[in-house]
Amino acid sequence: MKLTRRDSILLAMGASAAAMVPFTANAAVEDLINAFTGGAAVGDAGITLIAPEIAENGNTVPVEVDAPGAVAIMLLATGNPTPSVATFNFGPLAGSQSASTRIRLSKTQNVTAIAKMADGSFAQASSEVKVTIGGCGG
Amino acid sequence: MADNVTPRVRVPRDAAAGESIVIKTLISHPMESGQRKDGDGNLIPRSIINRFTCEFNGQSVVDVTLEPAISTNPYFEFQSLVPESGTFTFTWYDDDGSVYTDTKDIAVS
Repeated sequence: MKLTRRDSILLAMGASAAAMVPFTANAAVEDLINAFTGGAAVGDAGITLIAPEIAENGNTVPVEVDAPGAVAIMLLATGNPTPSVATFNFGPLAGSQSASTRIRLSKTQNVTAIAKMADGSFAQASSEVKVTIGGCGG
Repeated sequence: MADNVTPRVRVPRDAAAGESIVIKTLISHPMESGQRKDGDGNLIPRSIINRFTCEFNGQSVVDVTLEPAISTNPYFEFQSLVPESGTFTFTWYDDDGSVYTDTKDIAVS
């Protein structure tokens, strides 16, 4: 079979689409996000997620989220056996809509934070954390 | 179940009215995730703190839902507004029904 230029472009697109699938086809994560947002569109402005690039010990990975004007922030570890990590609900006396904590990561993965803003919109931030020793098994 | 659970909280002793202060909390707790196995290959049942709240004079500052992915000895750092002198109440809710509380007073000038 002779490969035309058009064929090779199609092939390349197919290959890259196939490579994307393992990252997007995480049904549990999608379900959790939909349950939190109610299916609303999620923007990417107004939220900051600070996580280390490399975590030597997956048992305690320090993460910090900051989303001015948020009423709630949900943290997800997309590669964990159970992706939920925590949900912060900020009350009227919260000094800033930010919090930091320490989480467990089972392997190298994306950590995602989704903020629910006071006006009902949503914002999302993700950060990849490379984990040297996983923190979930025994 | 969870033995020697000790909450530790750091709150400034005093603050200016309306100031935003940083609060750090730590509670010693194994946070058994329910994923680990013991020496015989049996799953160790989940035993975690599933909720943490902080209130100031009865008004909510933060209310956190915890999942098994929170590390052993859950640590939280957050900020709170202090409109007047009063008391912070910190509450941790354990899976086994135990409730751990700690209180801190703050003087506002």
